[in-house]
Amino acid sequence: MTLPLFFFYVFSVIAVASALMVIASRNPVHSVLFLILTFVNASGLFMLAGAEFLALILIVVYVGAVAVLFLFVTMMLDVDFAEMRSGLLQYAPIGIVVGAIILLELLLVAGSFALAPEVTAIAMVPAPDGIENTRALGQLLYTRYVFLFQGAGAVLLVAMIGAIVLTLRHKTGVKRQDVFHQTGRSRAEGVELVKVKSGQGL
Amino acid sequence: MQSAITSSDITSFASLAPAYPELLLAVGTVVLLLIALFWKSHRSGVIAGVAIVLLIATFALLVMQPGDAVLFNGVFIVDGFARYMKALVLGGAAFILLISLSSAREHGLDKFEYSILILLATLGMMVMVSANDLMSLYVGLELQSLALYVVAAMKRDDSKATEAGLKYFVLGALSSGMLLYGASLVYGFTGTTQIDQIVNAITAENRSIGLIFGMVFLLAGIAFKISAVPFHMWTPDVYEGAPTPVTAFFAAAPKVAAMALFVRVTMVSFESVTRDWQQIVIFLSIASMGLAAFAAIGQNNLKRLMAYSSIGHVGFALVGLSAGTITGAEGVAVYMAIYVAMTVGVFACLLSFKTADGSPIETIGELAGLSRKRPFVAAIFAILMFSLIGLPPLAGFFAKWQVFLAAIEQGLFVLAVIGVLASAVSAFYYLRIVKVMYFDEPTHEFAAVPAELGAVMAGVGFVVVTYFVTVGAPLTAAAALAAGSL
Repeated sequence: MTLPLFFFYVFSVIAVASALMVIASRNPVHSVLFLILTFVNASGLFMLAGAEFLALILIVVYVGAVAVLFLFVTMMLDVDFAEMRSGLLQYAPIGIVVGAIILLELLLVAGSFALAPEVTAIAMVPAPDGIENTRALGQLLYTRYVFLFQGAGAVLLVAMIGAIVLTLRHKTGVKRQDVFHQTGRSRAEGVELVKVKSGQGL
Repeated sequence: MQSAITSSDITSFASLAPAYPELLLAVGTVVLLLIALFWKSHRSGVIAGVAIVLLIATFALLVMQPGDAVLFNGVFIVDGFARYMKALVLGGAAFILLISLSSAREHGLDKFEYSILILLATLGMMVMVSANDLMSLYVGLELQSLALYVVAAMKRDDSKATEAGLKYFVLGALSSGMLLYGASLVYGFTGTTQIDQIVNAITAENRSIGLIFGMVFLLAGIAFKISAVPFHMWTPDVYEGAPTPVTAFFAAAPKVAAMALFVRVTMVSFESVTRDWQQIVIFLSIASMGLAAFAAIGQNNLKRLMAYSSIGHVGFALVGLSAGTITGAEGVAVYMAIYVAMTVGVFACLLSFKTADGSPIETIGELAGLSRKRPFVAAIFAILMFSLIGLPPLAGFFAKWQVFLAAIEQGLFVLAVIGVLASAVSAFYYLRIVKVMYFDEPTHEFAAVPAELGAVMAGVGFVVVTYFVTVGAPLTAAAALAAGSL
C-alpha cells in the first residue's frame, strides 16, 4: 500500500464516520464539531487530489468562517432538539419513500448517462503543466477576466451603498459622545456660579 | 490554451486607451463617493453638479476616442455603435441629473448617494453597450439594474416608491434569471460566450433547437429591460411609484443601453439565424405598439401615461430592428436618440408642473388652463406631444419614418401599416393633454419654472422643431456610421 493510498483511506474513513456523527450525535454543538472534522478531512482529500487551493480555501472559508458561524448560531438559539426529534418515527416512512424515489431517479440518470466519445480529448486540463492551480486560478481571475472581476467589484460596491442608503436612518435628538467636545470644554462653560440668597432656595 | 490563460492584452497603461471613458467614470465616481463621505458639510446639489461635470468629461473622452478595439481578451468592444450608444446614455444621464436638481428635496433625493448611484448605473450601461461577451453583458446589466432598484426605493417613507423598488427588484431578478438561463444554453450549444464568435458556431442549416431555445430566453431577458410587451407589466407601476426624476432616468438611459444590447446580440451573434429572431422581434414590436396605444387611453396619471408611451416607443424602435438589416439598425439608433431627447424634454416639463403652493401635479386634469398661466411650458409640452405622435416636421416624425422605411425595404408592409395605425390611435391620448392644457378653464395657479428646466425645455423644443434643418443630417450620418460598424 502506497503512502497516498493509505492517507486516502484514513481521510475518507474519518470523513464518512464524522459525517455520520453530524446527524447522529445528540448534542448539536457536537454535530458542528464533527462537521468541522469532516471539512478538515475533505480538505485532506483535496490535497491528495492535487487541488491545494481548494483544500486551503475549504479550511479558511468553511472551517474558519462558516462552521464557526454555525457554532455560534446553535449555541445562541435555544432549540429543544429532543422535542424536534419526537416525531422522527412518525415521519420516517414518508422520508424513506421520498429518499427511495430520489435514489431511483439518480440511478436512472446515472444508468443512462453516456459521455461523448470526444470528451476526454477536449476536456480541459485543470492547469497547464508547471503552473500550480493557485497561480492558474489567479491568472484566470486577475489576468484573463480582470474586467469581469472589477465589474463584479463595482456591483458589490453598489450593493453596499444600496444597503446603507435603504436602511441607515439618522435619528434626530440622539445624544452622541463627542470626545473632542468633552475634553475641549473649558471651566467657563462647565461651571456656573450661582449666588443664592439666604432663605430663598434655588 | 496556455497562452490564452496566462497572457493578457493589457501590457501597459496605454493599451487601456479604448476603455479610458469607463475608467474615468469608475475612478471619478469612487473619488466623488469618498469626497462626499469625508466632507461632512457637503451639499447634495454640489455633488450632483460634480457628477454632471464627470459625465460631460467622460462624454468628451468618448468622442475623442480614436479607433475601434477589442480589449480584455475579447470581453470588451469599442466600435462606432458602442460609441454612439454610449454618447446617448451619457447625454441622457447628464440631462436627467440636471433636471432633477431643482426638485431633489421634495422627492427625497437630496442625498449624495443619488448622484453616485446614477453614475454607477451609467457605468453599468456603458459596460452593457460595450459588451462583447455574455459574461460582461451580464455584469453590466446587473450593475445598472442594482443601482436602479436602490434609486427607485430611495424615498423610503413613501409606500408607493417602496412598492416600485420592490416590484422592480423582483421582476428584474426574474428577468436576469431568464437571461442567464438563455446564456448558459447558448454557451452550451455553441461552446463560446463571446458575442462575435457565437455567430461562427451557428449556421442557418444545422441550428439546434437548444440554441434557439437559449436565444429566446436571452431575448426575453433583454425584452424585460426595454419593457417590450409581454414583458412590460412592471413598467406602469414602477414609473408611477418611483420619484419623478428617477422615472425620467428609467425612461431615458437604461432603455438606450438595453436596446443597444438587443441590437448587438441579434445583429452580431445571431446573424445567421435572422429568420428565427425576426419573428420574435416582430411580435414584440406589434404587441408593444398595440397594447401601449390602447392601454394609455384610460390613464389619468401623467407618469403612468408616459410609461405606456415609452412601451409604445420601444415597439416603434423594434420595427427598425425587425428588418434585420443595417438600415434597420440605423433606424433604431436614430429613434433612440430622438426618443431620449423627447423623454428629457417631457420630464423637464413634468418636473416643472407644480401648483402655486409647490405640490407636484400628477394627473392630466390638473393641467387645465396651463396655456393661460404658463404659456411657454404649455407650448413646449404641446410640441413634444405632437412630436411623440410623429407629426411632421417634428423630430418624432423622422424617427418613425426611418424605422418604417427600413421595414418597408424588407417587405414588412403589414408591420409598417400596424405601426402607423398604432400611432394614429396613440394620437388620441397625446392630443387629450394638449386639449386640456389649451381649452379647459384653469382651476388653480401654477408655480414658476426653475431656470435650468426652462433652458432644457427650450433646447429640446428647438431641436425637436428644427430637427430637419439642424441636427437631422449629422445625426443620421452618425447613426449610419454606428450601424455600419456592427
